[in-house]
Amino acid sequence: MTYLAAQADSFGDLWHNLADLTVSGLTQGSIYALIALGYTLVYGVLQLINFAHSEVFLVGTFGSIVVWGWLGYASGDGGGVPGLGMVILLLAVGVIVAALISGGTAVLIERVAYRPLRRKNAPRLIFLITAIGASVAIAEFVGVLTDRKPVGVPALVSPTTQWQIDPRDIGLDIQPVNITNLQIGIVLSAVLMWFALDSFLNRTKFGLGIRSVAQNEDTAALMGVNKDRVIMLTFLLGGLAAGVAAVLYNLKIGTVTFNIGFLLGLKAFTAAVLGGIGNLRGALLGGLLLGLAENWGAGFFGSEWMNAVAFVVLIVILMFRPTGLLGDSLGRARA
Amino acid sequence: MSAPEKVRPATFVSKVKAADAKRAAAVSGFRDRWSDLPKIWRILAAVAGIALLFGLPNIAIPGIPFRTDEIPNGTSFSFVLSSIAIYVLVAIGLNVVVGMAGLLDLGYIGFYAVGAYTVAIFGSPNSIVATEYPWLVCVPIAIALTMVSGVILGMPTLRLRGDYLAIVTLGFGEIIRLIAVNSAVTNGQRGIPVIPAPDKGLVEETFFPVGDFRSHYWLALVLIIIVVFAVRRLEHSRVGRSWLAIREDEDAASLMGVEAFKFKLWAFAIGAAIGGLSGALFASRTGFINSDGFNLLLSVMFVAAIVLGGQGNILGVTLGTVLVFYLPERFRFLEDKRELVFGVALIVIMVLRPQGLWPSRRRARELKDRKLEAKEAIVSG
Amino acid sequence: MADTVKAADAEQTGQTTAPLLSIEDVTLRFGGVVALDGVDFEVREGEILALIGPNGAGKTTCFNVMTGLYKPTEGRVRFAGDTLTGRKPHQITRMGIARTFQNIRLFPEMTAEENILVGADAHHRSSVLGALFHLPRFHREERDGRAVARELLEFVGLDGLSGQVARNLSYGDQRRLEIARALATRPKLLCLDEPAAGFNPAEKERLQQLIRDIRDRGHTVLLIEHDMRLVMGVADRIVVLEFGQKIADGAPAEIREDPRVIAAYLGVPDDAA
Repeated sequence: MTYLAAQADSFGDLWHNLADLTVSGLTQGSIYALIALGYTLVYGVLQLINFAHSEVFLVGTFGSIVVWGWLGYASGDGGGVPGLGMVILLLAVGVIVAALISGGTAVLIERVAYRPLRRKNAPRLIFLITAIGASVAIAEFVGVLTDRKPVGVPALVSPTTQWQIDPRDIGLDIQPVNITNLQIGIVLSAVLMWFALDSFLNRTKFGLGIRSVAQNEDTAALMGVNKDRVIMLTFLLGGLAAGVAAVLYNLKIGTVTFNIGFLLGLKAFTAAVLGGIGNLRGALLGGLLLGLAENWGAGFFGSEWMNAVAFVVLIVILMFRPTGLLGDSLGRARA
Repeated sequence: MSAPEKVRPATFVSKVKAADAKRAAAVSGFRDRWSDLPKIWRILAAVAGIALLFGLPNIAIPGIPFRTDEIPNGTSFSFVLSSIAIYVLVAIGLNVVVGMAGLLDLGYIGFYAVGAYTVAIFGSPNSIVATEYPWLVCVPIAIALTMVSGVILGMPTLRLRGDYLAIVTLGFGEIIRLIAVNSAVTNGQRGIPVIPAPDKGLVEETFFPVGDFRSHYWLALVLIIIVVFAVRRLEHSRVGRSWLAIREDEDAASLMGVEAFKFKLWAFAIGAAIGGLSGALFASRTGFINSDGFNLLLSVMFVAAIVLGGQGNILGVTLGTVLVFYLPERFRFLEDKRELVFGVALIVIMVLRPQGLWPSRRRARELKDRKLEAKEAIVSG
Repeated sequence: MADTVKAADAEQTGQTTAPLLSIEDVTLRFGGVVALDGVDFEVREGEILALIGPNGAGKTTCFNVMTGLYKPTEGRVRFAGDTLTGRKPHQITRMGIARTFQNIRLFPEMTAEENILVGADAHHRSSVLGALFHLPRFHREERDGRAVARELLEFVGLDGLSGQVARNLSYGDQRRLEIARALATRPKLLCLDEPAAGFNPAEKERLQQLIRDIRDRGHTVLLIEHDMRLVMGVADRIVVLEFGQKIADGAPAEIREDPRVIAAYLGVPDDAA
C-alpha cells in the first residue's frame, strides 16, 4: 500500500511541476537535437556512428569561451551583463568561432582517422575503436589544458522572463513557469538550424550530392559525385550544428568541464536513434522528445535517475523499433 | 625522386610500412616454425613459458627495469601482475564475444561489475545482505548471475546488427554503472569493504603477508589456463565453427542450418561467465569495490586491448591486454597525460595496422582481402 | 479440392511419385512490384526440375520464397506435407531443403573442409557442453563430419583441396564446393541457383554429370539455369516463368516446342556463352 502511495506521490510531484519540466525539457532537448543532427548526418551517409562527435561539440564550447576571453569577457569578471548591441556581437562571434572550430575538428577527424580506414575497407569494429580513440584523445587534451577543472562561461545573457504561463488560470493544479529569453532562443536556434540544414540538403546541389551518396555511394560515384568531398561536407555540417549547440550550452549551463562530451553525446545519439537515424526531422523530434522524457522522468523518479532515462529509451527503441519514430530518410534502413 | 621536399613524408611512411611488413613476416615466420616443431618440443616450450609466468613476481633482471616497483612511485609488482592477469581473463572472455562470434559488445564491463558485486554482496559482512558466504560459494553464484544477465541482455538485443548492438550494449554497461552508483544494495561510491578472498590456510599466511598479491596472481594464472583450455575446446568444435560462420556470413550460415541466435546467445553467456569470474577475482583481490571502478573507459580499454592485440586469437589478445594495462603503470612519469597518449595510440595503431599487432592468421587474411576488395572497387568504379 | 484433382490427374497420367515440394498459388509483392504472381507448381521426388525464364522473371525470388528468406504475400509452400511458410531458414534446412547461391556465398576465410563441416553440423546436436567435456557425441559427430567432408569433396571432384581456404579456390572449384556444402546438410531437395554461370563447355558437361549423380544418390534437384543446352540435357521437367508468372510446365521436348516459351525468349541451345 505504501508503494502505491509513493508512486502516487511521485506522480503528484510530476504533475505539479509539469509546466516547468516541460519547458526545461524542450530547452534541453533542443541542445540534444542540434548535436543529434551531426550524428544522424554522418550515419545517414556513412552508416558510421561517429563516436568522436561528442568531442567535436566539446571543442566548440571551449573555443567560444577562449574567444570571449580574448575579447575581454571572462567568467567571474563581475560588472554585469554587457549591453544589447555588444551581446549580439559577442554571440555572433561566439557562434561563428564555435561552429568553425567544431566543423574544423570534425573534418580533421574524418581526414586523419576515418578516411584511411575507408580506403582499407576496414571492418566496423575498427572504425568504432578509432572513433573512441579520437574521442578520448581530444577530451583528454582539453582536460590537460584545463587541468581537469571546470571552466566558467562569462555571463553574457541575463535570463529575463519573457513570458509567464500559469496553468492555474485554466484550473489545472500546476505550478506556473517563467519562460526566459534564453530558453526561447535555444529552442528557436534548434528549429532554425534544422530548417537550414534541411533546406541545404533538399535544395542545393551539394545537398543533392550528400543524399545521393547516402542512398547509393557507388552509383553516385559513377555519376561523377566526388565521394570524399561529400563526406567532408557532411562532417562539416554536423560540426557546424554542434558548434551552435556548444554556444547555447555555454549560455545555459554556465560552466564546462573536459568530460561532458561523453554523456551528452550518448544522449544526443539516443535522440537521433529515437527520431530515426539518418533522418534530419527525426533528429529534431528525437531531441525534443528525449529532453521531455528526461525531465518528466526526473520529476517522477527523482533527479538522480535522469541519466538512466536516456539509456532505457535507447535500449527500448533499439529493441522494438530500430528505425526510430520517423524511420530512415537519408539512406536505406540498416538495422 | 624529382622533388625531394615533397617526397620525404611519403618515403617516411613507406619506410615505416616496409619495416612493419618485415615484422609481420617475422611474426608469421615464427608461427610457421612453431607449428613445424615436433609436439614434444612445443609442450616443453609451453611448460617453460608457464613456469616463467609463475615465477615472474620473484624475478628481477638487473639492467632491465621491467618491474613496476623499481621506478619511483611505482606500485607493487605483484599487484600489477595480479591486475594484468585478471584483465587478461576479461580479455579472453571478451574475445569470445567480439573476436570469435563477431558481436560488438561495448558494455562488457557490466558483466565484470555484476561478478564483482555478487561476491561483495554475498561475502562481505558489511553488505546489506551480509550473508557472509565463503569465497568458494560466492564465485559460482557470481558466475551464474552473470550468465543469467548475459542471456537477459542478449535475448532482445542479439537481433540487432553491428553498430546498433554496440550502442545497446554500451547502454547496458552504463545502466549497470548507474545502478551501482545509485542503488542502496551496492552502496554507490562508498562501496563495500572486507570482501572475502580464497581461504589461504595457515601455511600460506606465513609466506604471503598482507600486501603481497602473489597468491592472487597465481590463482588468476591457474584460472586463465583452465579458461583458455576450455575456450580452445569450444573453438575446435561445432560451436566455434558456427561462430565463425556467423561472423563471415550470417544469412548463408542460417541457410546451412546454423542456429544463429542460439549460438550468439551462447557466446554472450560464456563471455559473461568469464567476465563474472574475473570480476569475482578482482573483488577479492582488491578487498574493496565501489562504483568508481566500473566506468566506460575501462570497458573501452578492454575492447581496445583485444583489438590492438589482434582479436580472434588468445595470444594476440593477451599481448594487447598486457600492453594496454602494463604500459601505463610502467610509464607513470606521463602522469595525467596517460589517457591522452592512450587515445592517440589507439588512432595511430588502428589506422596503420587495423589487424592488430599479433593477429590470428585468419584475421590477417580477412583484412588483407577486404583491402584488396576496396582497391578493386576503386579501379572498376 | 485442388489436391484431389491433382491426385486424380497423377493417377491418370500414370505418375505416382508424390510431390516433394509444392508451391501453391504464391504471390509476392514488394511495395508496388509484383515479383511472383500466382505461381503454382510442384517438384516431384527423385526428379530434376529446371526453373527457367528470362532475366527478371522471378526465378531467384521463387527460390528465396521456398527457402524461407521471403514470405509470400499470398499462397503457401509445402514440403513433404508440412507448410514451409513462416519458418526460419535454419529450420527449413533441417527439414531437408538446401541451396546454393547465384553469386557464391561460401565462408571465404574458412577452408574447404570447414565449409563442408558447417553444412554437416546442420544435423549434429552436440553443443557447448559436448565441446567442453569432449562427450562421446562430440567425438562421434566430429568423426562423422570429417568423413562426410572427405566423401563429398571426392564426390564433387575436389579431393586434395580440403585444406585450401575457400577464397583461394578457383571459380569452378568454389561452385562445386558450394554444392558439396549444401549436400552435407543431407537435403531431400537440393536447389541450385545458376550453378553453371561462368563455366566453359567442358565444365558444364561435368556439371551435368554431377547433377545426375546427385539425383542418383537419392536427392531431388531443382535448378535455375540460363544455359538451355545444359537444361535440355539434364532436366526431367521444366517450369518456365515470365514476369512472375508460370507460363509453361512440362517435359523438355514439350517446352522446346511451346510457342509461349519461344516467344518469351529464344530457346536456342547456348553455344556462344
